[in-house]
Amino acid sequence: MTQQNRISGGQIDRSRTLRFTFDGVAYAGHPGDTLASALLANGVRLMGRSFKYHRPRGPLSAGSEEPNALVELRAGARQEPNTRATVAELFDGLEARSQNRWPSLAFDALAINDRLNTFFTAGFYYKTFMWPASFWEKVYEPIIRRAAGLGSLSRQEDPDSYDKGFLHCDLIVIGAGPAGLMAALAAGRAGARVILADEDFRPGGRLNAETLTVGGKPGAEWAAEAAAELSAMPNVRIMLRTTVIGAFDHGIYGAVERVSDHLPVPPEGKPRQTLWRIYARRALLAGGATERPIAFENNDRPGIMLAGAMRTYANRYAVRVGESCAIFTNNDDGLRTATDLQAKGVDVVAVIDARSEGALLPGIRHLKGADVIDADGRLGLRSITIRHAGGRTETVPVTALGVSGGWNPNVNIASHHRARPVWNEGIQAFVPGEGGPPGLSAAGAAAGVMSTHGALTSGQQAAMAALGDLGIRASAGTVPDAEDAPVSITPKWYVNSGKGRAWIDPQNDVTVKDIKLAHKENFTSVEHMKRYTTLGMATDQGKTGNVLGLAIMAGLTGQTIPETGTTVYRPPYTPVAMGALAGRSRGKEFKPFRLTPSHKWAEEQGAVFVEVGMWLRTQWLPKPGETHWRQSVDREVLATRKSVGICDVTTLGKIDIQGTDAGAFLDRVYCNTFSTLAVGRCRYGLMLREDGMVFDDGTTARMGENEYVMTTTTANAVTVFRHLEYCRQVLWPEMDVQLISTTEAWAQFSVAGPNARRLLQKVVDQDISDAAFPYMAAGSITIGGLRARLFRISFSGELAYEIAVPTRYGDALIRRLVEEGREFDAVVYGTEALGVMRVEKGHVAGNELNGQSTALNMGLGKMVSKKKDSIGMVLSQREGMNDPDGYRLVGVKPVDPTATLTAGSHFLEIGAAPVIANDGGWLTSKVHSPHLGCDIALGYLKAGDQKIGRRMRAVNLLAGTETEVEIVSPHFFDPEGERLRG
Amino acid sequence: MAEPLHALTALGHAAPKSLAIGPVAISERFDVALASLAIRNGRDGDVAAAAGKAGLPLPDPARFQAGTPFSAFWVAPGMWFVEAAFETHEDIEAALKPIFAGAASITEQTDAWVRFDLGAPDLQPLFERLSNVDFARSPDGFATRTVIEHIGCYLIRHGKGAVTLYGPRSSAASLLHALEVTARSLL
Repeated sequence: MTQQNRISGGQIDRSRTLRFTFDGVAYAGHPGDTLASALLANGVRLMGRSFKYHRPRGPLSAGSEEPNALVELRAGARQEPNTRATVAELFDGLEARSQNRWPSLAFDALAINDRLNTFFTAGFYYKTFMWPASFWEKVYEPIIRRAAGLGSLSRQEDPDSYDKGFLHCDLIVIGAGPAGLMAALAAGRAGARVILADEDFRPGGRLNAETLTVGGKPGAEWAAEAAAELSAMPNVRIMLRTTVIGAFDHGIYGAVERVSDHLPVPPEGKPRQTLWRIYARRALLAGGATERPIAFENNDRPGIMLAGAMRTYANRYAVRVGESCAIFTNNDDGLRTATDLQAKGVDVVAVIDARSEGALLPGIRHLKGADVIDADGRLGLRSITIRHAGGRTETVPVTALGVSGGWNPNVNIASHHRARPVWNEGIQAFVPGEGGPPGLSAAGAAAGVMSTHGALTSGQQAAMAALGDLGIRASAGTVPDAEDAPVSITPKWYVNSGKGRAWIDPQNDVTVKDIKLAHKENFTSVEHMKRYTTLGMATDQGKTGNVLGLAIMAGLTGQTIPETGTTVYRPPYTPVAMGALAGRSRGKEFKPFRLTPSHKWAEEQGAVFVEVGMWLRTQWLPKPGETHWRQSVDREVLATRKSVGICDVTTLGKIDIQGTDAGAFLDRVYCNTFSTLAVGRCRYGLMLREDGMVFDDGTTARMGENEYVMTTTTANAVTVFRHLEYCRQVLWPEMDVQLISTTEAWAQFSVAGPNARRLLQKVVDQDISDAAFPYMAAGSITIGGLRARLFRISFSGELAYEIAVPTRYGDALIRRLVEEGREFDAVVYGTEALGVMRVEKGHVAGNELNGQSTALNMGLGKMVSKKKDSIGMVLSQREGMNDPDGYRLVGVKPVDPTATLTAGSHFLEIGAAPVIANDGGWLTSKVHSPHLGCDIALGYLKAGDQKIGRRMRAVNLLAGTETEVEIVSPHFFDPEGERLRG
Repeated sequence: MAEPLHALTALGHAAPKSLAIGPVAISERFDVALASLAIRNGRDGDVAAAAGKAGLPLPDPARFQAGTPFSAFWVAPGMWFVEAAFETHEDIEAALKPIFAGAASITEQTDAWVRFDLGAPDLQPLFERLSNVDFARSPDGFATRTVIEHIGCYLIRHGKGAVTLYGPRSSAASLLHALEVTARSLL
């Protein structure tokens, strides 16, 4: 394929040819091209189909505002939908496909929607498909989703990696056009730390698209020299292919750098994109302006585009959009396109100027007071119809039309934080208003300063002002000479003619008619209009259409445009890949893991692990021949109860509490008393929240006069520590208490069962007989001389200890315990067996510590000491929390021992209907007890303590199960506690 | 008396791991003992005097100070982490307690942390991807708490090409993975 529309000049590297395909057809382009410019060079104007009507579309723009030319880029797992062809850099081997069409781009069966457009007006889906209601989800919505929509996902895992990072600067300059470059030069020369970010791969902004001179040289050349000077400054970082997507709190700006998108595949190890979080002391928005069209009938034909874009294609990419072109404008900037194209040898058939006044362009057919009222050519523009000043119409054959309705400053970033832009009558556009992100100002076209010289000057001044705020002295350099023409514009939003449709938001197929309908149906507020018509939604967020829509609404309501106002601007400025937000985390790297000291040993044993928060804990350890988890768990439980079992309990939170007020501090944070605890002893503690509900539980040992070690549940290790720090720092700063977590510092193992002492005695250096180390003793011991800690506590109801060594010795300790335990047939058990044994013993755990339960609910009401004040004590006395018929912890057994229980079942009296009024409570934890040979459970039952021995039903409507149960004491096993004191 | 127990590094090996990814060298350190030291209420003078006498540095906020046998970095108001050679000060708590005689709360922290020492001609490109610390503008001897890939760490900048990182021991593998992946993306 020849590049028949390639013209002279441009900033492309003609010495190299790049091959690419679009819908399977091979084309050629050059480095410096975008996909859109290369397709246009090859005579391809048709690049997509519209969202709703499946109208054939070509590019409207040459930048990131593009609503039409959306393609699926790349193939296989790297396929990316909705890529704007106007910013996709061409690379050798690029593959692109059109989207939202079937079977082909030129013939799209769903273009039938276009014929049925009268049914698909604004809000049609709010009015249609209302009956029958059940059809919406099953029938209507799937059909609509299939007919509408943009590109498709690959449904494969993204093979690329992404990265993230953090940057700091004195000044971030957003946009490297004339204002941004000048600002960066001023700040960089003053020694400030500057980041200059631009979404383009070439610095210069509009200077690359114009024939204007700056300082007596072509604008693009001046921009390249400015960028080169900035690159040489160590205090300046130029970030190209980097889009600042939003202004966030505290001077933080989000930016996506497309590191490898211009390459076929990212280099090995390199990310595809990097999401930067930029901490900027000051920010300058120099993001330029976006041109807007004028709406007229069939103004969405491929070949009709913004006049400034047409100029960009000609000057920067050396591409003419068609052999013959026309310009439709209401401002002087449109005229610049005509003269530039003519200078490039493009046949400019006519300039249709909506304004009546002003000078005529020499050597061009310049029609004053005229409008374009229609366009023809379904798959590509063939002709336009002009209505002359006198009303006469004329059809002119052209293959390209440039339209300019004026330029909208890119106020998005300045309008984050809910700032409202303000209307500037002189340029007929919104400019940044007050109340935007603190520390951010705007310069150049983004601030409504539309001339090149004005942009250069305002960029320099804004940078100096920002630096002045920071106390950095900058001297005003010479501003190079450049054009300084005022804006000459007569507002024109749409051409009133005929009955056809005139598009204002081509991506969402929103027409002038839709705005009129929204007005007729009283959706006149801009926010309502947006939702009703879908104006400004989807990938382009209405960058070209929004102002048009609200200006037309203003005309209909009789309000001014500023009275009508804009919708709220929100990040991101342009679409962001989900991968960029995820950063470098992939799959299981989504979060860090925490490994226990016995992890390596357990892995060697083939342990099954369970995620407990970030911890990986051993869930059970299957032995050869065990095919079902229950076999392993039953064995671990029975062996522990019969002889001895070992379990890694390192994950329980450990908090070192020291200070002369440590005991008094504990008295305040626990509802029971600790100051009276003797050195060398430990006690079970219950911690309440301020509202009297149970927060956490655990055992705290007194290791010295002013030294305690608190244990918390695994789940609450961090929240309890944070709570204690809050108490220490905020509530009682006068108390002498110091805290530090030691969860990770000690490897801790539970050793439980009748032979626990005999096993441990083989390992430790001291006498741990019942006399020397009684129930609830705690203290420092040694293992082969190594410092260690021993606590005689039990969660299983067995004679049990917890033994701790510095973590590096944890692996050795579990191996030692297993080795020395052989003569007792010792087992290592996981969290499942731990859970079985604690339910058998009636201990509460996470399912019961649900944040909605009181000590009384748990049967631990007597632990709340009223002799002292403690957090939650007072509010735990509230009447409603002491209802004698309130929830009480009970044990549950199936009447038929072979029946199964289902966790989450609700208690109902025999014969009672399963309705909320009859709900007696719920079953919190269920296990199979190998000791009792049946399922057992714990639950909260209303007046449960009065219902011991009663038969009820455990009903689970979700699981569809119902079991007749007997309410029993929660202490299924050794209720007198003889074993643990043994 | 029972046989002594063998020790494993945080990464689960008998010996600490070292690796180089391009210019970035990552060395796991297994030879440093660590303890927290927190001043008890109203005992600032006693702690300062005792530390001075023992030659134990108590650097200003956000600072690290090297010394012999003890080095230290600030972690919170009135609180430091004290480093010493593991070989000579394995039971660092027992070594420190007599020095401060109840004027400070001292807790062993050696095995609560994994320590990685990082070296490169310039670690700025690595750390701008890992942490929100303004590494380039941080002075040598800067010590701060930061978050790397959701992992709370202490970062000590010894120089632009030398950093010590302390991360939670249980997440040693995840932290190393983050360092490796990031270093590789810079190649």
